[in-house]
Amino acid sequence: MTDDELIWRIAGGSGDGIASTSQNFAKALMRSGRHVFTHRHYPSRIRGGHTYTEVRVSETPVRARGDGFNFLLALGDSFARNPSENAYYGNEELKPLEENLDELREGGVIVYDTGLLDASEIDDFEERAEENDWHVYPMDLRNMARDFGREVMRNTAGVGVTAALTGMDLNHIEDLMGEAMPDEILEPNVEILHHAYERAQEEFDHTHDVAVPGGEHDEEQALLSGSDAIAYGALDAGCRFIAGYPMTPWTEVFTIMSQNLPEVGGISEQVEDEIAAAALAIGASHAGVKSMSGSSGGGFALMSEPLGLAEMSETPVVLVEAMRAGPSTGLPTKPEQADLEHVLYTSQGDSTRVVLAPGTPEEAYDQTRQAFRLAYEYQLPAIVLYDQKLGGEMTNVPASHFDREPNPDPGSVITEAELEDAPHDATGKYQRFQYDAEKGVTPRSLPGQKDGRFLVTGNEHHQSGHIDEDPENRVLQMDRRLGKFDHISADLEEEDNQTYFGPEDAEYGMITFGSQQGTVKEAVDRLNDDGHSVRAVSISDMAPFPTAELAEFLDGVEEAVVVEMNASGQLRGLAQKELGRYGEKMSSLLKYDGEPFRPDEVVEGFKASIDGEDLPGQNTKYVPAAGD
Amino acid sequence: MSAFSAIGERGEVEREEFTPGMEPQPTWCPGCGDFGVLKALKQAMPEVGRSPDEVLLCTGIGCSGKLNSYFESYGFHTIHGRSLPIARAAKLANPGLEVVAAGGDGDGYGIGGNHFVHTARENHDMTYIVFNNEIFGLTKGQTSPTSPKGHKSKTQPHGSAKSPIQPLSLSLTSGASYVARTAAVNPNQAKEIIVEAMEHDGFAHIDFLTQCPTWNKDARQYVPYIDVNESDDYDFDTTDRSEASEMMQKTEEALYEGEVLTGRFYVDSDRPSYGQEKRAIGEMPEEPLAERYFDEEYDWERSHDLFLDKHK
Repeated sequence: MTDDELIWRIAGGSGDGIASTSQNFAKALMRSGRHVFTHRHYPSRIRGGHTYTEVRVSETPVRARGDGFNFLLALGDSFARNPSENAYYGNEELKPLEENLDELREGGVIVYDTGLLDASEIDDFEERAEENDWHVYPMDLRNMARDFGREVMRNTAGVGVTAALTGMDLNHIEDLMGEAMPDEILEPNVEILHHAYERAQEEFDHTHDVAVPGGEHDEEQALLSGSDAIAYGALDAGCRFIAGYPMTPWTEVFTIMSQNLPEVGGISEQVEDEIAAAALAIGASHAGVKSMSGSSGGGFALMSEPLGLAEMSETPVVLVEAMRAGPSTGLPTKPEQADLEHVLYTSQGDSTRVVLAPGTPEEAYDQTRQAFRLAYEYQLPAIVLYDQKLGGEMTNVPASHFDREPNPDPGSVITEAELEDAPHDATGKYQRFQYDAEKGVTPRSLPGQKDGRFLVTGNEHHQSGHIDEDPENRVLQMDRRLGKFDHISADLEEEDNQTYFGPEDAEYGMITFGSQQGTVKEAVDRLNDDGHSVRAVSISDMAPFPTAELAEFLDGVEEAVVVEMNASGQLRGLAQKELGRYGEKMSSLLKYDGEPFRPDEVVEGFKASIDGEDLPGQNTKYVPAAGD
Repeated sequence: MSAFSAIGERGEVEREEFTPGMEPQPTWCPGCGDFGVLKALKQAMPEVGRSPDEVLLCTGIGCSGKLNSYFESYGFHTIHGRSLPIARAAKLANPGLEVVAAGGDGDGYGIGGNHFVHTARENHDMTYIVFNNEIFGLTKGQTSPTSPKGHKSKTQPHGSAKSPIQPLSLSLTSGASYVARTAAVNPNQAKEIIVEAMEHDGFAHIDFLTQCPTWNKDARQYVPYIDVNESDDYDFDTTDRSEASEMMQKTEEALYEGEVLTGRFYVDSDRPSYGQEKRAIGEMPEEPLAERYFDEEYDWERSHDLFLDKHK
């Protein structure tokens, strides 16, 4: 078969440079006009263990991993644990080759490093290769790297062989190596790259039919991840303070911010725990600086109480939550979308928070900016909810998407001049929490402003901020805080954050959120091409929820499958709770094995929902609609 | 022009300015040591010379947490144990503020112990007052981290099997650069110590003994007390870590034997505050960050200009 795309998987062990090699590979292809998308798989381990990155290369825009892949570059795992026949983790030395065979497509290419891998140790390797029409090109990459430089440079040798076998130019790869490497490392790497390229040209009879597709961009592109986009959205929203504690996968955003904030005169604080992290962000914001914090599931759980304080004290703050598979420590480096309910409802009392869940790097940038705007205009916490997949996958985005004016507006804040005529109470305090404030928001004064003194407390409080347990005051203040959401809903409607795919008059629907957006889009395209009639919506506004918009969507379709990466159908549950009906229309397609959906799994799941057939033995689960 | 004109206006400040115009009736019990802290704090302010609009008083939860309800300044009544991380961030955001945090012994040495250790370690330029009454008061008399070993309460019916925490020693080993203990029954010393703590450039920790007449009747009223800096019985150098450490241990043991030792235990005026350290490595701007949002001339940076090239 001829594939019109290249899906290159580079496999090895953690710590072998898989991530940086694949990033350069993707960027080189982007520079040469192709569209790229990466998919990472790595263990919670510093050195060794089954790791791979896929780079999907296409002539047209691509925003999902593929169904399997068609080119395997199997490097050795330098840190494989001692193989033992009875070890429950299996023979780690062989994994870069053996573990990747199941998803390799028919007609695919295998390049493996004979210096570290012995294919004859893998059961039925030759038979499987023949059966699947795999084209196998063994080469001693390790020794080649040793001859010119050091063993770790075998990644470069692998890229050289890949380029030779897929018809890829070396110039962009060479440029990128030149941009990143000091001379003493650059020279041997360039030699290895060329040597490997030439040997692969000369020594192999190229029998395969996998190649880099053509392509040309109509505007300048940037290769970045969801984490990059969130950080840039925050910086462009005027965020100049971050506090955090390391936790995978949130650490990516924290790292990018920590590296960039000093350059723009901002402050980053790595602190003792996530309770402190959220509290610091609240403290800095209280003093007048646009601030953020964030974490992943377990760390975010620690932020529950400060989050509630931000709600009650009406202190603006932005928190980001990078989901990974739970419960508890779960699968630390694997994606899941099972913290939706956690983020919506954690902390005592009725919630007053905004929750946005972007689905692409573009949305991540835009919605992080929105989160800051809403938090500071309406004086409440806003949360950006994403996951390990969106955070780490890289894709090309038009650079112009980020060419926007910054928005450092501190939101609803009073100035000293305005304070002179502002209402103060008999104790001399500024009336910071006025019952009749416009949209429920009294502009806040900031410590250090003349005559702006106020008390703020996590206790229920009076207009002046003083603790007040009077029932009438309680209801007035609760209604005022909750009432902000009518205005926020109207505000968000204009942002138009929900993304739709497929024909408007489609018969069937699909609903998803966050990182699964690209995969669902691809599945919808395939289904419609295949004669089905499907429309999908990817929801970003989790709180406040776009109730009317989703009701309209559901009214237009016979049934809808809700596609999400968790075991209990949290988005479907949220939709039913918010809509109060349509339970009989919504079924669930779920996945929670630590791997994101592949487009074909969504296609199969949709078909199962229509014809009632079982899913073909994959780690996905179909749950019918209520009453079915 | 500063958007925070209250900051830096030094000069005549009257004690009365720190009493709210319409003073709310404190909810503390008659005879509570908390009144002593409030009084000493108000008395200290004219000497420190900072106005109510320059002060941010962050409190925790408990009887002590209500301090800022009765003290006129910017006040943030936070959540249990978390006054320190909120306070220290406010100081980083606007270093011109006079930042004070306050809470009880359960708040600071129990649930907030981690923040206490790290805020001291980082030496943030702020004052931390711990109302130490050796009991949980507002929740009605449970054993606290400073309750003596063997202390009986509803939650420790057979007496606490735990030795009490040593707040002064903990503070010193964590890195606080000013450590003192005073008592509500000694308002003059308390006032002087608060003044010194606020003027100190670094983390100043005051373990403030506040008797609880309702739930800790067995405990002494912290009288008579001895000022270790003035008594002839004690001779140690407050700038010497090991001498201070020895004196602290002596003091902590003595309290449970009925002897109340108070005073300054450790003073390190040379150690740079956290803000100074941060600025020295280029991780904190010279101008207060909070001012920037009001500076109409400021040219806000864009990630498109600064960071996007490396992605191309």
